[in-house]
Amino acid sequence: MAKRAVRVTAYAALPALYLLHNDLWLWDDPGRFLGLPVGLSYHVLFSAAVVLAMWRLVRVAWPGDTLAELAGSPDDGGAEGAE
Amino acid sequence: MTLAVIFAYLAAVLSIGVWSNRRLAATGEDFFVAGRTIGPFVLLMTLFGTHMTSFALLGASAESYRVGIGVFSLMASSSALMVPVVFFFVGTRVWAVGRRLGLLTQVQFVRARWGSDGVGLLLFVVLVLLLLPYLLIGVMGGGVVLGQITDGAAPSWLGSLLVSGVVIGYVTSGGLRGTAWVNTFQTAMFMLLGAVTAVLIVTKLGGVGAALDRVAESRPELLVRGDAIHPLRLLSYTLIPLSVGTFPHIFAHWLSAKRAATFKAPIVLYPVCIAAVWIPSVLLGLFGNIDFPGLDGAESNAVLVRMIALYAPELLAGLLGAGVFAAIMSSLDSQSLSLGAMFTQDIVRHYRWGGDLSEARQVRLGRLFVVGVVAAVFVLSLVAERSIFALSVWSFTGFASLLPVVVAALYWRRSTAAGAGAAILATIALWTWFFLRGIGDPDYSVGGTGVMPVAVVFAGSAAAMIVVSLLTRPPVTERVERFVGQPR
Repeated sequence: MAKRAVRVTAYAALPALYLLHNDLWLWDDPGRFLGLPVGLSYHVLFSAAVVLAMWRLVRVAWPGDTLAELAGSPDDGGAEGAE
Repeated sequence: MTLAVIFAYLAAVLSIGVWSNRRLAATGEDFFVAGRTIGPFVLLMTLFGTHMTSFALLGASAESYRVGIGVFSLMASSSALMVPVVFFFVGTRVWAVGRRLGLLTQVQFVRARWGSDGVGLLLFVVLVLLLLPYLLIGVMGGGVVLGQITDGAAPSWLGSLLVSGVVIGYVTSGGLRGTAWVNTFQTAMFMLLGAVTAVLIVTKLGGVGAALDRVAESRPELLVRGDAIHPLRLLSYTLIPLSVGTFPHIFAHWLSAKRAATFKAPIVLYPVCIAAVWIPSVLLGLFGNIDFPGLDGAESNAVLVRMIALYAPELLAGLLGAGVFAAIMSSLDSQSLSLGAMFTQDIVRHYRWGGDLSEARQVRLGRLFVVGVVAAVFVLSLVAERSIFALSVWSFTGFASLLPVVVAALYWRRSTAAGAGAAILATIALWTWFFLRGIGDPDYSVGGTGVMPVAVVFAGSAAAMIVVSLLTRPPVTERVERFVGQPR
């Protein structure tokens, strides 16, 4: 996949997660999952999904060049080849 | 025993702050933003500790006791998403611009972006007014917690005095570096103690499954969201954590980062920290219904303290007290230092009161303002009413609604000083409108729809920014490129 497409998928995960945060389908579900009420375990897993999404965002969409330009120092962007 | 543990903890905190003084260079940049030398681990811990208040331990368990598991989705997992997003898109750029221009405060940031003294002064007034109740809640919280943990043996003023005195001690001694180091220790403390407390109590209750079964027998509605939380409330509450993008104390910690890459660890690991603190708090609050059913209002706020008194008195009560003090002070220190920075840089230095400020004089003034701010808040805490605690969500609403100003400064070339001023004025007007209608009603929503006022105030602020900017003359290109970068 092209670099640009990889970056777009990393950004797209954020609005997707925003929508998934509103788990209306579990609102009145009294069941349990992983030993916790399912409405709680869902949001614990949601938080884990955010960690993965942010890890990917930092890896493939880090705006190193922009940050280096704004900071006025090429060594300070933390670029790692991104952008 | 309880008081001895708390005093030992406070002595440890003070020692770290005083020790950090050995690294302090007598410059404004070193005192207010640690000379921009903070690394990834300390930045993660200090950002998290500064953002989380005692609410994450006591308030979260009390809310969970009252409304059940929905509290986690409302307040914890929403922050787990929104806070790292703000760090990624706003924090890193603020750091970069701040490093290049040598900025120390948000007001300097706004003045440099749009060249308007008036907009800067307006922002200064709004930030101070929104931050003061937040500080007051922290100082009063220290008193309330000490009173609860010692079962009334220690007067509330003593807890407030301890919190204020220790914060003044290490903030004036070590500046932001001391604050960051102390916060790293304090954050580790309240994360660890929350987990230990949960494991001990849950074990005595027969495990999580058995405890949940007992809650399900008496209060099954607490194990679902049900009617306790309106879906539109959950949707609109996700805007509240955006306040992290305009808190003066978070802004100062962003500026203290050593490099842009320093932000990577906080961006990725922030949700882990939130889960580590909030899962135990929510479960313990839920399980409080087993042994202490039917607590109302202020009584329910102390449900965690009651559970500890029942299951693990003395040592654990002291450790919990230390953990709560840690959570309170790790926010109060950065807040008071950021106010000290604002008074020193944005008023005294900017308006050249007393002529040019030398670096050493900036540090002296910063210390004086920190002492003055915390002392004034302590005096206020002696006369303020408990209802002040209801102000926190209103404070967050105001800060969150200022985010369009910061985002426009960093991303929108066409934004103007008049647009920024209009956004701040729209925030003031709409916030006041809703505040006068909603204060005193914790379940207040816009027209009873479930939508929180922050959604309307935020939208009004963003709309004012856009419309007024488009109606006024575009800003100077050079000024824009220092904040937004060159067109690609």
